[in-house]
Amino acid sequence: MKKSNIIMLLAAILPLGLFLFPLWKITLEAPQYPTPLGMYIYINDFADVNPHDIKNINLMNHYVGMKYIPDAIPEFKIFPAGIIITTIIGLIIAFKGNYKWFFYWFILMVVLSSAGLYDFYLWEHDYGHNLDPKAIMKFTNPDGTVMGFQPPLFGSKDILNFKAHSYPRLGAYFLGLGIAMGLVAYLVGKKNDKKTLTM
Amino acid sequence: MKNLLKSTLAIVAVLVAFTSCNNGAKSGKNSGALANNVAEKVYVAPGEHDEFYAFISGGFSGQLSVYGLPSGRLFKVIPVFSQDAEKAYGYNEETKPMLNTSHGFVPWDDAHHPDISQTKGVIDGRWVFINGNNTPRIAKIDLSTFETTEIIEIPNSAGNHSSSFVTENTEYVVAGTRFSVPIPQKDMPINEYKGNFKGSLTFISVDSEHGNMDIKFQLIMPGFDYDLSHPGRGKSHGWFFFSTYNTEEASTLMEVNASQNDKDFIAAVNWKKIEEYVNNGGGTMMTTNYAHNVYDESTHMATSTMKKEVLTVNPLDVPGAVYLMPTPKSPHGCDVDPTGEYIVGSGKLSANLTVHSFTKMLAAIENESFAGDAYGIPIIEFEASLAGVVEQPGLGPLHTEFDDKGNAYTTFFISSEVVKWKVGTWEVLDRQPCYYSVGHLMIPGGNSQKPFGKYVVAMNKITKDRYLPTGPEVTQSAQLYDISGDKMELLLDFPTIGEPHYAAGCPADLIKPRSKKIFNLEDNKHPYAAKSEADTKVVRDGKTVHIYMTTIRSHFAPDNIEGIKVGDKVYFHVTNLEQDYDVPHGISMIGANTSELLIMPGQTETFLWEPKQEGVWPFYCTDFCSALHQEMQGYVRVSAANANTPLKWSLGEDIE
Repeated sequence: MKKSNIIMLLAAILPLGLFLFPLWKITLEAPQYPTPLGMYIYINDFADVNPHDIKNINLMNHYVGMKYIPDAIPEFKIFPAGIIITTIIGLIIAFKGNYKWFFYWFILMVVLSSAGLYDFYLWEHDYGHNLDPKAIMKFTNPDGTVMGFQPPLFGSKDILNFKAHSYPRLGAYFLGLGIAMGLVAYLVGKKNDKKTLTM
Repeated sequence: MKNLLKSTLAIVAVLVAFTSCNNGAKSGKNSGALANNVAEKVYVAPGEHDEFYAFISGGFSGQLSVYGLPSGRLFKVIPVFSQDAEKAYGYNEETKPMLNTSHGFVPWDDAHHPDISQTKGVIDGRWVFINGNNTPRIAKIDLSTFETTEIIEIPNSAGNHSSSFVTENTEYVVAGTRFSVPIPQKDMPINEYKGNFKGSLTFISVDSEHGNMDIKFQLIMPGFDYDLSHPGRGKSHGWFFFSTYNTEEASTLMEVNASQNDKDFIAAVNWKKIEEYVNNGGGTMMTTNYAHNVYDESTHMATSTMKKEVLTVNPLDVPGAVYLMPTPKSPHGCDVDPTGEYIVGSGKLSANLTVHSFTKMLAAIENESFAGDAYGIPIIEFEASLAGVVEQPGLGPLHTEFDDKGNAYTTFFISSEVVKWKVGTWEVLDRQPCYYSVGHLMIPGGNSQKPFGKYVVAMNKITKDRYLPTGPEVTQSAQLYDISGDKMELLLDFPTIGEPHYAAGCPADLIKPRSKKIFNLEDNKHPYAAKSEADTKVVRDGKTVHIYMTTIRSHFAPDNIEGIKVGDKVYFHVTNLEQDYDVPHGISMIGANTSELLIMPGQTETFLWEPKQEGVWPFYCTDFCSALHQEMQGYVRVSAANANTPLKWSLGEDIE
């Protein structure tokens, strides 16, 4: 097996780490929570960082009319299927394809991941802005518009008395590394291909 | 001119400050807060934790208080033997059975001697045991929840004072009677006390895993007063020592008549021998009646069971199990050093401390160096077991604790001081005054093989002028001394609840990590629990109504109830759905003839309301739970006894 194909094989397998490790983590810090509230986002689930954290986030958020974090969303079915399908495609081309296919796989993964992130952003935006009109507390921005409570997609942000942090976790690094290795496989394959031609 | 005046004033002020410091040092009365940074030694910065827990009994308050050392800050008062309206202990339906006895519901007791459970002679921080003096009981407090989870009544006992000390693997918690009584109780003339009244020493076994208590046997001793006790440890493990007074067996004007004998006794009991005897079928089962109350953490409820018999042992039936060591003048404290070799008897009317040697006691038994017997129990010759005497250390010795460097610390009630002396040489090393009239003292781990000799807490009976006055009744107090150096140093005075009778302490790290934050709602097995708002309901059964209610920030479910009638018995079973640390909810109903409830996350509690008037009556949350605590309220509509108002309940919508 060629070196580039081995790299492609690894690239195809690495995203499976998403089934073992969380993709993202959102943490909420406040003085009353010496142990911060936190939520892991897995490819197929939301999970507490410490027991009952999601329940307690919901309890906090209902004051400003935010919806409860759902037990399940359609993405929990679509995303895992997407990862499995792209891994299978990756495996097939690792064994059968040439470096050009590696590049197409890389492009596919970048497009799909970007779409996933955008979807995540849309969900966050809805979660933070689609508020119950009977909310207990209503806050407005200085310009008079209704204040949203959208957590950041990436980074840290002050939301009322909370400081929210949102960062990728190990699962995301596996995915990122897999995608990057797809590109590496393409480059190595291309280089070797040229060598073969010149020889 | 002005400047000159200012500087003169400044100089005078400095001089005055110096002079007063010197005066203070000379009088020996100052605590030297500024002189040597005593304040720093007790300062625990905001947000920081204390190094030790101190469990200080509330004496006649019947409760157990939890303090931090060295700060002397009060964290919690754990209700044990007395009703506590704040926590609904003894008021709610779940904990009422905890205070049941053979005399019925007893809402109070006099709590004296806390002792922490031990493993291999070292405190393990799992449970604290404490005795109720008046209606003899032993309670167990679970140190993961800081709640009283078991109370066992002691039959054939009265004035349960030489209690509740644990053996070195918590095999037993021991309860001795202070007052001898007819056993079994019967109608007889008081002046026939002598020879007829008996004193019981009760050995309660403790299940090593769950801590369940069970009376293994009662030793029925002569009719003396059994004052205090301590277990043997290390080499003397397997023995228990009890101080006695009133060996005169008087029954009236005791202060005179029980103080006639030059020497009373320390009774040495070989409990291992008696345990073996009863395990082989020895002892006599006696009919009696006593309550055993157990609180179950999963149902959040207590049950009270009446037990009908107890195994008694006559000491004469187990040769070699009990001996009496003469000890001068009505000994009070009976304290065993960390090695288990020395037993200190504090003859409270004696000027000296008497120290017995366990090794010499065994030799005396071997050589039969006896000076006679009392009701057939051998009396060891005084000199034969005597290890030494601490000569004239003070007046009115009461109690002794030990550090980890071979020193002992004894309190003197009359001369109001703590005296440090050397175990083995019996020389007095230091003394510090107490303000005033000290009773017990406590070194964390002091009743074990491994004391933590950094601090001693002295517990005072009288404070007089030490604090801001509060009318005729003023606080009692504890005083903290640093004992890490050669000389003791008074660091802190702090007020206590009730009478700070005795205390037990241990390093905070032993308990802190195990302290529960919440009760898991999933594990709640209360028969009337509603584990979600969907489970809430109101059920009528004749004139009894059960309300299955929940609380979560910031509402009750249901919060509107109709169809209740005058004369109903309405039980509010309230489950706190919260699963977050430190989010209890309370509830109280106007006119309910009981206390509020204070419900921890995941817990269910019940109160009874018997509405007497028609109307619409509000209830509300009593614990400031959240930003919308004030909105956490509801209404119950009460109709006439013969009305037809249908039973309805709701949350968030109008009852149609």
